[in-house]
Amino acid sequence: MLCAAAHAAPYVPGDDAAVLERLPVRPGDPIARELLRLRADLAADPQNLDVALRLSQRYFELAGAEGDPRYVGYAEAALKPWWSLEDPPLEARVMRAIVNQYSHNFSAAMRDLDVAVRADSKNALAWSWRAAIHMVQADYPAARADCEALRGIENELGVVGCMAYVDSTTGRAANAHRALSEALARVARASADEKVWALTRLAEMSLRQGDTKRAEVHFRAALGLRVRDQFLLAAWADFLLDQNRPSEVVTLLKDWVRSDILLLRLALAEKVMGAAAADEHIQALTARFDSAALRGDKLHQQEEARFNLYLLGQKKKALALALENWKLQREPRDARILLEAALAMNDPAAAKEALAWINRSGHEDPEIRRTAEKLKALAP
Amino acid sequence: MRALLAVLLSLLAPLALAHKPSDSYLALRAEGAQVAGQWDIALRDLDFAVGLDDNGDGNITWGEVKAHRADIAAYALARLRLTSGGADCPASATEHLIDDHSDGAYAVMRFTAACAGEIRTLEINYSLFADLDPQHKGLLRLEHGEGTRTAIFSPERAKQKFKLAEFSVLTQFLDYGREGVWHIWIGFDHILFLLSLLLPAVLARRGARWEAIGKFRPAFWDVFKIVTAFTVAHSITLSLAALSVISLPSRLVESAIAVSVVLAALNNVFPLVHGRRWMVAFAFGLIHGFGFAGVLRDLGLPQGALLLALVGFNLGVEVGQLAIVSAFLPAAYWLRASWFYRRLVFIGGSLAIAVVAGIWLIERAFNMKIITP
Repeated sequence: MLCAAAHAAPYVPGDDAAVLERLPVRPGDPIARELLRLRADLAADPQNLDVALRLSQRYFELAGAEGDPRYVGYAEAALKPWWSLEDPPLEARVMRAIVNQYSHNFSAAMRDLDVAVRADSKNALAWSWRAAIHMVQADYPAARADCEALRGIENELGVVGCMAYVDSTTGRAANAHRALSEALARVARASADEKVWALTRLAEMSLRQGDTKRAEVHFRAALGLRVRDQFLLAAWADFLLDQNRPSEVVTLLKDWVRSDILLLRLALAEKVMGAAAADEHIQALTARFDSAALRGDKLHQQEEARFNLYLLGQKKKALALALENWKLQREPRDARILLEAALAMNDPAAAKEALAWINRSGHEDPEIRRTAEKLKALAP
Repeated sequence: MRALLAVLLSLLAPLALAHKPSDSYLALRAEGAQVAGQWDIALRDLDFAVGLDDNGDGNITWGEVKAHRADIAAYALARLRLTSGGADCPASATEHLIDDHSDGAYAVMRFTAACAGEIRTLEINYSLFADLDPQHKGLLRLEHGEGTRTAIFSPERAKQKFKLAEFSVLTQFLDYGREGVWHIWIGFDHILFLLSLLLPAVLARRGARWEAIGKFRPAFWDVFKIVTAFTVAHSITLSLAALSVISLPSRLVESAIAVSVVLAALNNVFPLVHGRRWMVAFAFGLIHGFGFAGVLRDLGLPQGALLLALVGFNLGVEVGQLAIVSAFLPAAYWLRASWFYRRLVFIGGSLAIAVVAGIWLIERAFNMKIITP
């Protein structure tokens, strides 16, 4: 009946005990209990900014861990009394910026963050998010200045991590790797989340230096911490795909079909192996991208470009999506898919901006550089 | 610690849309006074809103969904308001099913809604999860006759109106025709302009005086020429503006229309142009056409039936005009020799029209409110 959900007709399950859905957070979990309590507190007093901020923050963290945009909506709902205010309290303003950047409303987010750091130059949260947005926009001098502002108001791992992230994107991966691994060794009391983050970054930096062996050591150390982290899984799966080890990807991700980004990597691996499940997973991804298009989302384009290029063989569409995505996001992986799609189409001119970005940033990643060289060789 | 977490989270952001966001799928079919609906809502969303996992094991079973069927129906239907012709169409659930979408299991609720009469326009007010998740969207598929339409509901676009009559070519044509009649009927400025030009049709100018005309025929032809010229002129500009060939600011157009009424009325009291009033009708008719186009724009032109709507609206305007003319002409002809007509209606009426239109001019040109036309 609905084009978005092209599947069998609705049905009445035969068995009352049939499990239809598994909730990501069990009602008895400590997180669920805390959320429940905060929700009740806020319902009793919706104007209580402290409770609203705490709830909003918790939901936002959950969105990151589970990769589920619903939680961003819940975070926004908690802030409702302050959401449309011209001049909300500082902390509500920063939280509003965080939620806005999630929906890629970068300019609205940056406006709020500008006001926030002007009002409170020691607001580490606001400076961090400015750095993050400037990185997505490939404005490296601005990102560096934001990291600089964190000095003295943030712990060492935070400051070094911020700077190392900028450095490793702009051709200084070796320095970045050294600084971040030293900082990680010095900070004894880093949480598991923070260690996973730092180790994933270190793996990425190693890859940019062309050191796959060291990257794998970092990845395995991060995986050993047993933190539920989709970014780590996605980065590790990409590494395995680049190393042509698809069977390990299938083992790693076979239970992650709910997550679009991980399902994409699973399907990529299955296709390389010629596995039977590939078709079913490609169909599921098609349905999800169709739904996103139906609701008018443009947040998936990088993933969708990769899907079109490698799973559907739709090179032209892939290039169009990669170009559209590049207008919004300019991180190394955005450049990579743009270059690869342009190469597939034999169209070096289309990749002009990504090639210029490599020159400007000095980005080192060998995969990206190889693709760029092939494109330049094609140019007349 | 918080900032590191922020940096950490911020780097997840591009990947954080790993899941499909929250959407519901609403399929409606309108027939006669009935709406048949099917609404697919994610079990996860319903669990968050009404609580489905009774035993708290993190699994939602069919038994648990069944136990909450009434809650689901009450919760969802309270957040979907269907209205037709200004009256609510109360809805009630008829069937509860399950469907597997690409991102998990959905509760499928079938329902019917009964409107008071034949549904011409269906207004839908969608507020499901608006308070819980402002990023939730409702994806509508609306069927009527052979036509299907889609729309997206979000808190910013919670209320949307669908003209079902547009699906049928004939009803659509008649609808726009009716709007045209209605507009000339309530568009006092057009009526007054036309009347100002028609008032002298039953009189003839002898030197500096107006005298009653001898025969009906010349009066009729005079009116015919004026109305035809006005019609041709405003049809031209209405079409050009509706097809976006020309576009003028509405304040300018509305002010110019007021000027045209003032001038036409004053011309009766202090005659400058007579005999060739059809040329005046033509010239100013061009301006009035832009005014009609503004109305048509507000109504919204259906894509795919643009020409049809345009012709329908235009014909409606003509029908309205003809009705006014056919009421005016016999009465004026009958009264033409009387003092009542020549002094009170003709001179007094023209002056009154000029004054009213003068006030409109000030209102429209300076964007102020003096009287409500």
